[in-house]
Amino acid sequence: MTVSTTSPVGILAFGAYVPRRRLQRSAIHAVNKWYAPGLGGSAKGEKAIGNWDEDPITMAVEAGRDCLTGLDRASVDALRLASTTLPNADRSNSGVVKEALTLSDQLEATDAGGSQKAGTSALLQALSSDQTSLVIASEQRLARAASPAEMSYGEAAASLLVGTGDVIANCIGRYSVTVDFVDHFRESGARFDYDWESRWVRDEGIVKIAGQAIIDALDAAGVEPSSVTHSAIAISAPGAAAKLIKSAGIDPKTLVDNQIATIGHTGTAYPLMLLVAALQKAQPGDRILVTSFGQGTDVLVFEVTDAITKLPARLGVEGWLAEKVEDTNYQRYLFHRGLVETETGMRAEGDQKQPGTTLYRQRKTVLGLVGGKCTETGAVQFPKSDISVSPNNRTQFTQEDYPMAELPVRVVTYTADSLTFSPDPPTFYGNIDFEGGGRLTAEFTDVTANDVEVGQEMRMVFRIKSKDTLRGFTKYFWKAAPRPTSQRKGG
Amino acid sequence: MPSGIKDKVAILGMGCAKFGERWDKDADGLMVEAFDEAIADAGIDVTQIDAAWLSVAFDAQNVGPSGIPLAVGLRLPGIGVTKVENYCASGTDGFRGAVYAVASGACDIALALGVEKLKDTGYGGLPVRTRGTTSDMIGVVGSAPGNFAQIASAYRAKYGVAPDDLKRAIGHVSVKSHDNGALNPKAHLRKKIDIDTVINAPMIAEPLGLFDCCGVSDGAACAIVTTPEIARSLGKTGLVLVKAIQLATSNGWESQSTGWDGTYFHTTRIAAKKAYAEAGIENPEDDISLTEVHDCFSITELVTMEDLFLSADGKGWKDVLDGKFDSDGKIPCQIDGGLKCFGHPIGASGLRMIYENYLQLLGRAGDRQRQDSPKLALSHNLGGMPNQNVSSIAIVGLEGA
Repeated sequence: MTVSTTSPVGILAFGAYVPRRRLQRSAIHAVNKWYAPGLGGSAKGEKAIGNWDEDPITMAVEAGRDCLTGLDRASVDALRLASTTLPNADRSNSGVVKEALTLSDQLEATDAGGSQKAGTSALLQALSSDQTSLVIASEQRLARAASPAEMSYGEAAASLLVGTGDVIANCIGRYSVTVDFVDHFRESGARFDYDWESRWVRDEGIVKIAGQAIIDALDAAGVEPSSVTHSAIAISAPGAAAKLIKSAGIDPKTLVDNQIATIGHTGTAYPLMLLVAALQKAQPGDRILVTSFGQGTDVLVFEVTDAITKLPARLGVEGWLAEKVEDTNYQRYLFHRGLVETETGMRAEGDQKQPGTTLYRQRKTVLGLVGGKCTETGAVQFPKSDISVSPNNRTQFTQEDYPMAELPVRVVTYTADSLTFSPDPPTFYGNIDFEGGGRLTAEFTDVTANDVEVGQEMRMVFRIKSKDTLRGFTKYFWKAAPRPTSQRKGG
Repeated sequence: MPSGIKDKVAILGMGCAKFGERWDKDADGLMVEAFDEAIADAGIDVTQIDAAWLSVAFDAQNVGPSGIPLAVGLRLPGIGVTKVENYCASGTDGFRGAVYAVASGACDIALALGVEKLKDTGYGGLPVRTRGTTSDMIGVVGSAPGNFAQIASAYRAKYGVAPDDLKRAIGHVSVKSHDNGALNPKAHLRKKIDIDTVINAPMIAEPLGLFDCCGVSDGAACAIVTTPEIARSLGKTGLVLVKAIQLATSNGWESQSTGWDGTYFHTTRIAAKKAYAEAGIENPEDDISLTEVHDCFSITELVTMEDLFLSADGKGWKDVLDGKFDSDGKIPCQIDGGLKCFGHPIGASGLRMIYENYLQLLGRAGDRQRQDSPKLALSHNLGGMPNQNVSSIAIVGLEGA
């Protein structure tokens, strides 16, 4: 294994996304305990779950936006998206994320999967290049009702910008092991994992493979175990992570909170979620140990630099953790994940076929929320059109691309519609105005009646618009959502 | 300004099918029901009709495309039939085509017929359909009540009207229409309701409850038009003449620019000003005897009173509560029950409104006849949604009005 301590490539920024809804495990157990009373011990805390219109692509977009806060998107050369639950087998998932983030067309983009360590593997790939790479890991795993996995799995995404320049953390050690240790598996196209006995996984896998790798990684990198200040160990088996680092000579008090009580096990995103949480707490000079686990392990060691104090404010794991809505509606979760057949009525029968031609022509409009700004009058509109909508100046062919996704919006009109089909009724929608001009009739998501009023400020989010279930194609567009508390201007 | 349509065209005859859940008939049968009444009223033979316009909004759910269904349904003698689809303004727009054809001299006698079969979809409310390939990607698939309900949110905010007050005012709109519909034998809904029933009904799209929404019906209505001279030559006296027809179509300003505040219908105001000018009406509040407006939802009717300049801005809700638009008020609105109770077979609705105004002007409206000898009557359709729509206004009146 190679060890690099001299590369100028490091972490430039971090970001995360945790869906608002936090499903209470006690609510799951209350329904299932007649059948699976043994899960009572894990019926504690909450797990993050996305709304019906979220998937690994939309969560990746949110984590990417958070990571790129205050940074130049044109600087991104490569996008590395990791997940074992990406919706498309043969349509670039990272390509969709790229369009939503309005990154350059001249972009190298890869989708990584196949293992729980795909997130750290994507990070290692980025660290091996002198490109500026946006690394995102995003996960939304399904589990059967009344299974231990259902209790454990959470949905979230984490992101790191990697490159040269004002790095906030240098990579001072990296070490990988790949071995076909099948603790669980999921065949391509299958919905659920199949798990082997947890005691064997712990003793033969976690301890022997990951435990030894940590020891070997630190030794190879010449990092004194006692110098590690944050241990981001993506192993959720109770007590296992503490045991591993103790065996390696690291103080167990350095263990980063494993997020199981608040988010859940987030798969490929898990090690990066822990790393982002550690970076949010870190001081210059701190050392962060990251360990993933899945058919082997990737171990990385980072040293935090002074530049972390100058990074523009962002939500990260900490900020999104605070944006929570406690959810006890287990039945809604089952419906949204397709785990229970629910009557949707004739109004849901409309054909959602997406012509490839129209989506390609309007990809910036639809996926990037790019409108038009008149070069003569400065008038902003959505969507862009040949002839300006402005009644005072009939200009033609004067609009240039104008990305609008990051602009604050305000509600002009709204309703809560109980008639139209929605997986999350009632459907809130209305006219919204963008700051600086432009208007859109938008669907609102993640809202309750208390979140919507004329004049209310909101933010745009990239979400699933509808699914063509007949042909297996997901349509995405932008919706208005409540602004995170920390981003609200007030009023 | 062109000289306009005023007094150039007369209505020779009109007909209207019984609206409602017409499980018994296909669209053809409804067309025949309306046409038989109109041609008998006109006193002509079908071979005297020179051209026809067919208005249908949801053709995919009933008659299918083109003008052929009208030609086949009525066995028209090989004349030109134009199909009109312009959302809920289809009926008035078809009438406009027939009227313009006569006014131009291209036709002596023309037919406009609107028909809709909405009860073959399997569910209540309007059929879910596409609004085009771009809208499929960036538009909101809301329901009609959801689209129109938004007017209420902006109206409350702009004029500082308490939610309960506005709910009561729009509730009065519906109570009034049910009172009127009860007297109309061709109406879909003929049962009176009280204000508590309206206010406590299940919510459809906040703040519109079940009784704030009009019925979705099957039905047909038609008009046969000619010149005043030909009408007289056929022995007609006491003619009802077309005084104005105006259409205004959104160009995206309301939905894509930021000038519109969501409390009114931009197109209706444009169409109303032009229609009053065309008809030579200077003071609509005094000159218009009665109105049939597009009360697809109670809030639509309320703000339309302001858009037609029959109420001051922000005062419509008070005028409604004061009974200004009740059947015995200053300017009755929907004296036949309106879309709310007569029913709303989309393509037929504009012609149904003109049919009612025609009957009222001729004193042939039976139990619901306005007793103060109406002279000028206005009808109004609104197709689409508040921020993007087609608004149409037709004013008909007696000779000399």
